[in-house]
Amino acid sequence: MSNLAPLLRVKNLRVEFPTRRGTLVALDDVSFDIAPGEVLGVVGESGAGKSMTGAAIIGLLEPPGRIARGEILLDGKRIDNLRYEQMRRIRGKEIGAIFQDPLTTLNPLYTVGRQLVETMTTHLPVGPGEARRRAIEWLELVGIPAAAQRIDSYPHEFSGGMRQRVVIALALCAEPRLIVADEPTTALDVSIQAQVIALLKRLAREKGTAMMLVTHDMGVIAETADRVAVMYAGRIAEIGPVREVVKHANHPYSAGLMASIPPLDRRVERLAQIDGAMPRLSAIPKGCAYNPRCPQVFGKCRELRPDLINAGTTQAACWLYDTEATRG
Amino acid sequence: MAEAPPMFEARDLARHFDVSRPFLQRMLAREAKRTLRAVDGISFSIPKGTTLSLVGESGCGKSTVARLSVGLYGPTAGSVHFDGRDLAEARALADQRRRMQMIFQDPYASLNPRWRVADIIAEPIRAFSLVRTRGEQENRVAELLTQVGLSPLDGQKFPHEFSGGQRQRISIARALSSNPEFLVCDEPTSALDVSVQAQILNLMKELQQRLGLTYLFISHNLAVVRQVSDRIGVMYLGRLAELSPAESLFRRPRHPYTRALMEAIPDLDMTGRERIPVGGEVPSPISPPSGCAFHPRCPLANERCKRERPELMPAGDAMVACHAVEEGRDDAMPMPAIARDAA
Repeated sequence: MSNLAPLLRVKNLRVEFPTRRGTLVALDDVSFDIAPGEVLGVVGESGAGKSMTGAAIIGLLEPPGRIARGEILLDGKRIDNLRYEQMRRIRGKEIGAIFQDPLTTLNPLYTVGRQLVETMTTHLPVGPGEARRRAIEWLELVGIPAAAQRIDSYPHEFSGGMRQRVVIALALCAEPRLIVADEPTTALDVSIQAQVIALLKRLAREKGTAMMLVTHDMGVIAETADRVAVMYAGRIAEIGPVREVVKHANHPYSAGLMASIPPLDRRVERLAQIDGAMPRLSAIPKGCAYNPRCPQVFGKCRELRPDLINAGTTQAACWLYDTEATRG
Repeated sequence: MAEAPPMFEARDLARHFDVSRPFLQRMLAREAKRTLRAVDGISFSIPKGTTLSLVGESGCGKSTVARLSVGLYGPTAGSVHFDGRDLAEARALADQRRRMQMIFQDPYASLNPRWRVADIIAEPIRAFSLVRTRGEQENRVAELLTQVGLSPLDGQKFPHEFSGGQRQRISIARALSSNPEFLVCDEPTSALDVSVQAQILNLMKELQQRLGLTYLFISHNLAVVRQVSDRIGVMYLGRLAELSPAESLFRRPRHPYTRALMEAIPDLDMTGRERIPVGGEVPSPISPPSGCAFHPRCPLANERCKRERPELMPAGDAMVACHAVEEGRDDAMPMPAIARDAA
């Protein structure tokens, strides 16, 4: 997409969960880049590993989950092996996080102003007075009316949509270079969702912030992302420019996923559906994880796991695009 | 379809909740009682074998209507009629109760985790004494599991062994086990992934055709609603803004709120059109705006809208509660892109 050096580089990331019944592999060999100013959408069904990828990047994997292999580089420097205190400094300053539920992100005991000021004085070379002035500016920027008065309100005094705006202001106020947004609009109504998305998009453009946008809402992806990664059973099934992946997906799974979205512009007698369900982590099939549900499955898919290969407009982990496999 | 007598009818239905502070605190602070008008006077009917959907944003009262419809709440005012009988009267009779069932949003919360699936599905069969022997009951459960696309062997498992979509299939099997004719579905697919949602919606349509079911379908998703509905009611702050045959709602949305809602939906075709967000937020139903509840966000609002609450009036083949539509001022607001494309 962009010729700039990537800001975030994830290389062969593998996340494991040791359990009593053996080790579960939640993410396996996940690799992607995000350039400055670029929005990468990450989609997939629940359990596919999208949120896990975000959590690994911001160093908040829930124990006993751990990075077993691979690297995460921010601006060329590894951040996956940092100690807790070092990572804490990067979180907030370099990487901002926005989660689905604004109530759990905000501290209910502090006014939103105090939370914004604290974030800025911790991460930026500003004093409390300047931080407060900027906090009001940020609240105005995210569209909170009467920001100068509302700054001393507590989170519970805001409605859901307003609270999510406060969370966005909080994630952006230290001017991070990367934002990891995990379902930032899922808890919001469509009318509010549109406002929040427009805001995120504008801020990312204006400030050149890179964003990893995790969501299962394909509509949000279609209008926000530059590139999209489709995840299935802990791996990237397909990655490419948003228009190609949403409208002309190459991987049979992405194609099935896009086809199952109910259309708004017409009524169909029967929606396209993918039969069956995504496998559990403890029972991932041999070969391609999608092979038992895939309408185009052939011999090699049941034996060997495909890696991402060039599929013309996108990259797909699918043997259909391996010339040797289809010939043989 | 239209000639069939309504299976279900709501007449001026209202449900208010008392959200005042405790008596003593209220007295000390000299506060008045506060009432939340979750549903504030709505009327609609559903002919047999058809689907009526209610759409709206959170807090518009659609789930309260769902609960009123099966008698989980009693109405504050107005009445609900099921197959010609008042619901309160109908619910006193086991045989009438059997004919209506509900499917809930969250398949993780609506199944008892300690019961085997077969017992969960068999409970309505037992409660209504629909079969005589244990063997008959087992056969019926196996038949129901097959009907919703699961295996009869799944009956021996526990809910945690299933994915969200499979659990919703179990909820549907349980709802069908008493041979109901009327199903109230409260956001049945909004907790599910889109690929699973397609499976469940297809299943529900199939069952409707096969068993002649009548649905009251509650959803916030307009695209989903378009796929399943014969008629659609758009709710805003406890009232119906518009009640219309499904296809005309999308070809010619009339109420400014309906139009704004359609314009706010993300564009999957990436035609490059910008979403036009509805300004502002849904006001609190505890202190709704005067007159038309939508007027603070409505581009067509004038003095009359601030003063006078609009009632549902016929407009073409739809019913619309809007002064601007009634006065023919609605041309000032452009049709949403979806409707323009269809025309």
